[in-house]
Amino acid sequence: MKDMDADSYITEDGRRIGGVVMEMRNITLRFGGVVAIKDISFDIREGEIRAIIGPNGAGKSSMLNVISGFYNPQEGEVYYKGEKRPPMKPYQVAQQGIARTFQNIALFEGMTVLDNVMTGRIRQMSSGLLAQAIWKGKAEREEVKNREQVEKIIDFLEIQHIRKTPVGRLPYGLKKRVELARALAAEPSILLLDEPMAGMNVEEKEDMSRFILDVNDEFGSTIALIEHDMGVVMDLSDRVVVMDYGQKIGDGTPDEVRNNQAVIDAYLGVAHD
Amino acid sequence: MAQSSQATEGLGSIPALLQRNAGQFGARPAYREKEFGIWQCWTWAEAEKEIEALALGLLNLGVNEGDFIAVIGRNRPHFYWSMVAAQSVGAIPVPLYQDAAAEEMAYVLEHCGARFAVVEDQEQVDKVIDVQDQLHQFEHMIYVDPRGLRKYDHHKLHTFTGVQDQGRAAYWELIEDLKARREKLEYDSICVMLYTSGTTGKPKGVVLSNRNIIEASRSSAEFDNLSRDEEVLAYLPMAWVGDFIFSIGQAYWCGFCVNCPESVETMQIDLREIGPTYYFAPPRVFETQLTNVMIRMEDAGRLKKWLFDRFMEHARKVGPAILDGKQVGAWDRMKYALGNLLIYGPLKDTLGFGRVRVGYTAGEAIGPEIFEFYRSLGINLKQLYGQTEASVFITLQPDGEVRNDTVGVAAPGVELRIDESGEVFYRSAGTFEYYYKNPESTKSTKDSEGWVATGDAGFFEEGSGHLRIIDRAKDVGKMADGKLFAPKYVENKLKFYPNILESVVFGNQRDACTAFINIDLNAVGNWAERNNIGYASYQELAGHPKVLEMIQSHVEEVNRSLADDPMLSHCQVHRFLVLHKELDADDGEMTRTRKVRRGVIAEKFEDLVGALYDGSTEIYTTTEVTYEDGRKGAISATLEIRNAKVVPVEGEKKVAAE
Repeated sequence: MKDMDADSYITEDGRRIGGVVMEMRNITLRFGGVVAIKDISFDIREGEIRAIIGPNGAGKSSMLNVISGFYNPQEGEVYYKGEKRPPMKPYQVAQQGIARTFQNIALFEGMTVLDNVMTGRIRQMSSGLLAQAIWKGKAEREEVKNREQVEKIIDFLEIQHIRKTPVGRLPYGLKKRVELARALAAEPSILLLDEPMAGMNVEEKEDMSRFILDVNDEFGSTIALIEHDMGVVMDLSDRVVVMDYGQKIGDGTPDEVRNNQAVIDAYLGVAHD
Repeated sequence: MAQSSQATEGLGSIPALLQRNAGQFGARPAYREKEFGIWQCWTWAEAEKEIEALALGLLNLGVNEGDFIAVIGRNRPHFYWSMVAAQSVGAIPVPLYQDAAAEEMAYVLEHCGARFAVVEDQEQVDKVIDVQDQLHQFEHMIYVDPRGLRKYDHHKLHTFTGVQDQGRAAYWELIEDLKARREKLEYDSICVMLYTSGTTGKPKGVVLSNRNIIEASRSSAEFDNLSRDEEVLAYLPMAWVGDFIFSIGQAYWCGFCVNCPESVETMQIDLREIGPTYYFAPPRVFETQLTNVMIRMEDAGRLKKWLFDRFMEHARKVGPAILDGKQVGAWDRMKYALGNLLIYGPLKDTLGFGRVRVGYTAGEAIGPEIFEFYRSLGINLKQLYGQTEASVFITLQPDGEVRNDTVGVAAPGVELRIDESGEVFYRSAGTFEYYYKNPESTKSTKDSEGWVATGDAGFFEEGSGHLRIIDRAKDVGKMADGKLFAPKYVENKLKFYPNILESVVFGNQRDACTAFINIDLNAVGNWAERNNIGYASYQELAGHPKVLEMIQSHVEEVNRSLADDPMLSHCQVHRFLVLHKELDADDGEMTRTRKVRRGVIAEKFEDLVGALYDGSTEIYTTTEVTYEDGRKGAISATLEIRNAKVVPVEGEKKVAAE
């Protein structure tokens, strides 16, 4: 791997984008005879907001699932921090510092917001079951420390007023925010967001966009997100990968992608022969 | 009285009171704020250090004596410190409504010529940057929450803690200057400038001296025996005079602790955790809480509901009498005590009123049912009448003489008189100095002997001597036949229904009264849910025939009750419509303190007013709306106009017969 700092650069709005942290090389993913992803390569740089877009069924979620280790591709390699990643279970990927949210929200509905976000800290807890039950010494100290971190995230995402509310009682937009909070609580080095704006109204989308930008700015998180709302993506991201029918049809800055004929065709709909 | 003379000598300013508090009981809590889920506390000694560091930082930035410093943010200790730090360096704090649009802020910032502003976060920074070009004198901005501001140009932008750090670093250079400036402060120097929201025209800057604030705080604190053990929750806008008096004036005079909520949304939770002993809220807050309680009781189990209804009935019967210390039978007292154990106590606790010793409401008339509800629970809720120009207090209700329809007797040290036209005038130590850069208004409001016109029409009740306010003097008009027209009186009667959030009554120089009505989305939405009425938007709900029917029944009930009042029976509402949008301060239809602006409304909805009087049954209209970020849009709707049944009045019948 090259020296990471060598090709880092500063964006127009003053953020520092580092070297490559994750690289996909010639990924192909099949389900039986169906090819979901066909020979795709791209990379994610440290500190950037990287979007994967494409029409419905383009294979975006499959791609995210490959990154998060939920699917193992039949062909191709994933490089993480310069090393080739062997096939892994999702929890092992999580332990490597990759956290995600889900398209159709996967929270513990019966638990409070606070408890849900606390579960994001699991990686930072090392005391055993017995120690937790007795809750003296290390277990207590650990919880206090973790709670402090969680409270900072709650404050950051402005969900103080629902801290003690069971998640099941919350409206959709807030649940999405709670999921983001839980993913953030893991202090990930890469944050994967699966359609963070799906099903939101304009105002909620604006709020979510601001939170994503603030998270990137404040915590320096590398963010990879999937979204099909083009407008939002173009405003948020530093670089965009465009997929269609399992293939990569474009890759570059929002402006480059916007002017790419293949992308325009895919979005405006051109007959595929 | 000893205290009074002492005040004139040693304690002539807020910074002086701070020094006293830090010296005499420095270890007691002065401020609490919930942050990261925990109540963070600052003692008086710590608060003094924070304020001193900030004051030094302000000197370091070049604040001059007599400068104006704008303070824009929600209730947080930092902003209270900012105001006292500004005073300490001889500057004048000007708190602004933080939800005001950029243009409104521009007017105030330009008018006072503020060179500095202490603001909360990115939202406020953006607003001020937006209008900065219009502000010639403006120089530096200090912000508290750095989120999202990292990449901004920091030439004229400073972090709150950064300014404090610089102040601490320059301690030895600047402390003598700070001490000298602090000592120069006198009873007559300016304490604060507050902009009145202004139901008509541009806001006016009310200049209040240390004498105004400290005297008003001292006498009102004595009136209610406030001590340093009180707990208050600071949640009302900092730009409003009430918050300045409660959270700075009285808090510094008495030395009690000011608690700041975690965020606007958590206010109810924080209220419950703090359990204030001294509490102020406008009628709207009490109204909303009562509505919420009632909605939740509808969902309660049958036994609970039965117990609640039973005991509330009993409370209404004897609760207020027990609170006023009147004679109540032993059996009734026992039943009340049982109710307290089962219902009243837990309910008060849930509402956050478990420890309230003195509670006030003011600003608008409060519905009799709402007022009675809280008093019957044993909460000592009282009314006061006041305004910015008086440093709040004009009249207060003494314990044991509390009523829904009066505003009490003259506050200590206040003289009252009523002129021929019925307008109320007062004179007191709290009376403001002048309107900033507006000698004409000063002259027309405050005469050479110090009497101030309140702009309200009222009279003293015979027997009790309590003051009763009828309406804004300028709103009181005449109907076409020359009879008295008091819109607010009718509007209040309408607003006492939980389903009606706001109403505007027309009728000046007309034959009959008509009304605009705003539904309360909370209450009506809940009602709709219960009755299986589907709706997709506010507009749709507001225009639903069933909703109109319900509102009509309320209007007709009001008409019946008006018919019993010989003075105002002709003010019955003949026709009404339910508005398709909520009246909003962002659209200029209400003030930031939520008072309706009649002139603006009549002009903006001219077509609708016309339709109320030309007999049509529906009208199509398009209205411009302003979104929170200042962008504009338009909504249109077809509104139904309904006729309400009117009770014929004796006198009118005779006229008709003649």
